[in-house]
Amino acid sequence: MTTTDTARVVHGPKRPGTPALEARGLTKHFPVHGGLRRGRVVRAVEDVSLALPEGTVTAVVGESGSGKSTLSRLLTRLIAPTAGELLLDGEPVGGSARARRAYAGQVHLVLQDPFSSLNAVHSIRYHLRRPLKLHHGLRGPELDARAAQLLERVSLTPAERYLDKFPHELSGGQRQRVAIARGLAVQPRVLLADEPVSMLDVSIRLGVLNLLDELRERERLAILYVTHDIASARYLADTVVVMYAGQVVESGPAVQVTDAPAHPYTQLLLSAAPDPRRREPVVLRGRGAPPSLIDPPSGCRFHPRCPLAMPVCAETAPPVRPAAGDQVAACWLLDPERAPGTTPA
Amino acid sequence: MTGAPVLEVRDLCVDYGVGKGGVRAVTDATLTLRRGEVLGLAGESGSGKSTLAYAVTRLLRAPGVITGGEVRFHGPDGVLDLLEADAATLRRIRWDQISVVFQSAMHALNPVARIDAQLTDALRAHRAQLGAAERRERAVELLRLVGIGEERLRSYPHELSGGMRQRVMIAMALALEPRVVIMDEPTTALDVVTQREILDELMQLKDRLGFAIVFITHDLSLLIELADTIAIMYAGRIVELADAQRLFHSPRHPYTLGLLNSFPALHGERVRMEGIPGAPPALTALPAGCAFHPRCPFALERCAHDVPRLAEPAEPAGPDGAPADRSAACWLHTGGEHVPAPLARVLGSTL
Repeated sequence: MTTTDTARVVHGPKRPGTPALEARGLTKHFPVHGGLRRGRVVRAVEDVSLALPEGTVTAVVGESGSGKSTLSRLLTRLIAPTAGELLLDGEPVGGSARARRAYAGQVHLVLQDPFSSLNAVHSIRYHLRRPLKLHHGLRGPELDARAAQLLERVSLTPAERYLDKFPHELSGGQRQRVAIARGLAVQPRVLLADEPVSMLDVSIRLGVLNLLDELRERERLAILYVTHDIASARYLADTVVVMYAGQVVESGPAVQVTDAPAHPYTQLLLSAAPDPRRREPVVLRGRGAPPSLIDPPSGCRFHPRCPLAMPVCAETAPPVRPAAGDQVAACWLLDPERAPGTTPA
Repeated sequence: MTGAPVLEVRDLCVDYGVGKGGVRAVTDATLTLRRGEVLGLAGESGSGKSTLAYAVTRLLRAPGVITGGEVRFHGPDGVLDLLEADAATLRRIRWDQISVVFQSAMHALNPVARIDAQLTDALRAHRAQLGAAERRERAVELLRLVGIGEERLRSYPHELSGGMRQRVMIAMALALEPRVVIMDEPTTALDVVTQREILDELMQLKDRLGFAIVFITHDLSLLIELADTIAIMYAGRIVELADAQRLFHSPRHPYTLGLLNSFPALHGERVRMEGIPGAPPALTALPAGCAFHPRCPFALERCAHDVPRLAEPAEPAGPDGAPADRSAACWLHTGGEHVPAPLARVLGSTL
């Protein structure tokens, strides 16, 4: 988060030095093929700038269709951005085959469903040996030693018990650990985890989240944690980035954003989240569903659902403004000239 | 828990498969659902919570077999054992008295039939005296009940959003004003805001129409807000049964405690939480004794070979002298054992 006087606000944890991975102005428009809307585009991600320093977890939170998964896929380079660029350790990422391969060795994606991201006909040993062979050229006994070491790093011990198992012989949590171990095989700097625990049983989710926490500390990984569960984002992340309809609407330190949300959309998300400690009946701060991204609303994309919307919100998109400390939000309520006397609760 | 019982489940057992390959999915489940009550069934995948609900409604498909117990439904014409009921009786009771909202509205709605046809189908079968115009009127009313406009009557399911489809499912379940609605993860696939809107509407409808709900979910934090009574299931057994606030503030079973510690809080200081070590067991390889003992931090020696029964915890009566009105299946609470502090909390008198 740089000063707001410059045109672009970079979201993500603030750390000195060059971030491991930085995205500048990432935008993705998917063309619509066929049908009445042929030739138009789905504006899935709009001008997102994000810095992921090493040793930090950044959580991207939003509803389905908010663009959070598209953002993580842009960061893996599985899909090409419409605009914007990626910087790995401050260096722009090249487009050559060699550069792509080097990038894949630095930035790894952990997928949502460990039941389909592992190959059912291959043993765990095979899954772990592949990246070691392809990226590090390892051969022979060293391969098995490294594979065992990888399992230990994700707390699957003793490793010998797991190496010759097949994915169906492991529980969901163990499978997700194998998927993470496979990611660690290439010694990445950045781990992109797209809903890594949402398919797992409740009692084992925390184990995987705690593993990500340990990897942040021990391996100094820069981790992007994409989730719809704002409570787990608060638990794990340094910084929470809230996305709505393809745009970042708020970001800041995890506890600060969840305890004192500045953007009405973050307030809505928090008011709807399950909370056993809630004493009063839920008062939803807004209703309805996210808009179509083919024809997003004018001005602030949240204004049709916003209980605090003002005339300006329908006309002009709000700039990103500081809310408190490192917390920023894109809302006209934070503009001293527009705000109607009070700041949002 | 004051209302008269509408559904009583006693010692229900369900197996998948018979003979050597069979596994027991639900063991000795005993539950009472009262009028206007929300009874939550919480547990992880494979805990038997859905199987229990499908057995109660006799919707269980082969290889599922009900091997014991009884299910007493208190209908308008007296008490009926659903497990003994013949096909004609079941046909009369289903949907009319007991309806179900299935997990995935995407798959539960017929993709090639319009919403009005699907909504009026149950009316046509159970309310033969109604004419077409009256049925349509009722369909409009039902849609309005769940916050959907009349113009959606002629829509196909694919033209509706996920939240609207789930609302249609709820409207269908309420079409014949049943006494009991069984909801199997009704909002799991939805975003939190939509989930909250639908649950708010559902609770209002329940208060107005007076039906009772069996709400099945893995999301215990949501259930505590929603349910009056909660049954926690693990490996096919009910391990704890208590009213929602008691269960949340003073759990008695170590699994309940672990489950509660698996949901990060939305407020307060961030503390490291551990969840529960290990993973839920497969039904084909259940541990001997208490199925939870390999994962239990408080396991006693006897937990490895004796199965604890669901019973009222042996503990001093509450401040008002009333019995605990709760039960847990755990050897720690059968008296004589030292109960660890987290499992001995007393619900404050403020609640």
